[in-house]
Amino acid sequence: MLSFLARRLIVAIPTLFVVVTVAFFMMRAAPGSPFSSDRKLPPEIEKNIEAKYGMDKPLMVQYVDYVGGVLHGDFGPSLKYRDKSVLDIIAQNYQVSLRIGLAAFVIMVIAGVNLGVIAALRQNGAADITVMSVAIVGICIPSFVTAPLLQLLFGSQLGWLPIGSWGGGAIPNMVMPVIVLATPQIAIISRLTRAGMIEALHSNYVRTARAKGLPEFTIVFKHAIRAAVLPLVSYLGPAFAGLMTGSLVVERIFGLPGLGKFFVNSALQRDYTVVMGMVIFFATLILLLNLLADVLYAVLDPRVRLT
Amino acid sequence: MTQISLAPGSMRNAALLERAVKGRSLWDDARRRLFRNRAAVASMIVLGLLVVCALIGPFVTPYAYDEINKNDVWLGPLTGDHLIGSDSLGRDLLARLFTGLGVSLAIGAVATTVSLVIGVAWGATAGYLGGMVDEVMMRIVDVLYSLPYIFFVIILMVTFGSNFILLFIAIGAVEWLTMARIVRGQTLSLKQKEFIEAARAAGLTRRAIIARHIVPNLLGPVVVYVTLTIPGVILAESFLSFLGLGVQPPMASLGTLISNGAQDMELAPWLLIFPSLTMVVTLMCFNFIGDGLRDAIDPKDR
Repeated sequence: MLSFLARRLIVAIPTLFVVVTVAFFMMRAAPGSPFSSDRKLPPEIEKNIEAKYGMDKPLMVQYVDYVGGVLHGDFGPSLKYRDKSVLDIIAQNYQVSLRIGLAAFVIMVIAGVNLGVIAALRQNGAADITVMSVAIVGICIPSFVTAPLLQLLFGSQLGWLPIGSWGGGAIPNMVMPVIVLATPQIAIISRLTRAGMIEALHSNYVRTARAKGLPEFTIVFKHAIRAAVLPLVSYLGPAFAGLMTGSLVVERIFGLPGLGKFFVNSALQRDYTVVMGMVIFFATLILLLNLLADVLYAVLDPRVRLT
Repeated sequence: MTQISLAPGSMRNAALLERAVKGRSLWDDARRRLFRNRAAVASMIVLGLLVVCALIGPFVTPYAYDEINKNDVWLGPLTGDHLIGSDSLGRDLLARLFTGLGVSLAIGAVATTVSLVIGVAWGATAGYLGGMVDEVMMRIVDVLYSLPYIFFVIILMVTFGSNFILLFIAIGAVEWLTMARIVRGQTLSLKQKEFIEAARAAGLTRRAIIARHIVPNLLGPVVVYVTLTIPGVILAESFLSFLGLGVQPPMASLGTLISNGAQDMELAPWLLIFPSLTMVVTLMCFNFIGDGLRDAIDPKDR
């Protein structure tokens, strides 16, 4: 286990390094600067501003400075929002993405697993066929199609839910974004669970449990489901990270002040430090979640040994 | 399988059996299974029609996709020459839909080819050579795998402006990672299979082993993954277009059409509904074909 963790960390460090390097030089290769605006600044003033942020130095020096800062936990100030540091901005905006993502995560796991189990127990029956057909449709409808359609139906036609905006995180404002995020995931999870469950129900130990005369409920929820949800664990790590990044579209459509929306705007405005900070933040998040999924997998399944 | 009762001495059975042993290749078998899958066959037909629409459609519609008609603004479906309506500039939605479908499909095909070439070459090399080379190559894949790629694509599109070729490369360069992993895994396990050993023992040359035994077995998962990559690429492009970073107007893709449709949905719902429907049908076709192929090529997995 320890050597596994060590090896994963050895991969994680160059990964983060690649992330920082590529993102840094890509941003700098872009035409324009964070200080160019509609109102043309006198060249002396622009020089002064650049000097203040150390951007008059050669690019390599800036790069070394930046990496040095990051290693000390200093992501620098935002170049557009002068009074805020990058970490402030991430902390502020992340709450929105996190709350929606977590809500969607909980819903998709509960709904997906239950639907999958029901489908597997009634394999090839009406319930199974219904769930699986709906799941196929759910996988194929992208979020940027579901979202406007829901807005059209529940927002403007029926008027049940607000079309957009965050509203301080009020529940009605969260309903549609969460549904849009969770739907395709529910479909995928129910398919995975169904496949795992069918396999588990046909395995020898379930037959043994049946032979012992255990009640069906115990067989399904104590024995079979443990093996059935295993493939799910390795899926859920990346899926959770995907929820965080996937909320880009959802945040945009519903006008939510989350990180995704902020990221695109910052990139457009050449707010170098904010973009870099967010990329590093997401990369770290994805790495940690993947690692967590692997460790969890080994804990749940004693047959898996992490080496 | 047709019902064959194995009663001894029956002439009919003997004839049937003789025909059966005439040797069905792996692919004959797979094709047979695929064509027995109704969803997959229906999807292939629908997809074929969609491709024909995308190829011929733009030449058949009475308007060009970027033709602005000031008198035909916001027309609903079935008014005048506009079969499924027109948009805020009076552009014919049908023409735009055909063009957009073509663009989306083309991006899907090209980016998938890019990922296919890189992925198969990388994965096969790593799997075949093994050892240190394999270790290094796959660690590189691991590193790239954990990048928040959508952010990089966004930075790329924002910094260098959106152009077609860049879009292809950006999406294709991301999708090859999974392909490389699949191909490597297959190559590794194939190298140790008994039938390869048998072929080696039978004195086949290495080239013959690769051509006759490794590649056909590699091809199965690769083909399946390709059919699942294309919809993924189409989605990725639409996703970028939706954020305004993909295909630029007046050019259309399914993503831009849906994005524009969503903005005007209360005034002109058809602008959202038709492109969305096309998108969903296209994605579903690819998924059904991919599932069908997987079942056909690897019946164990059912």
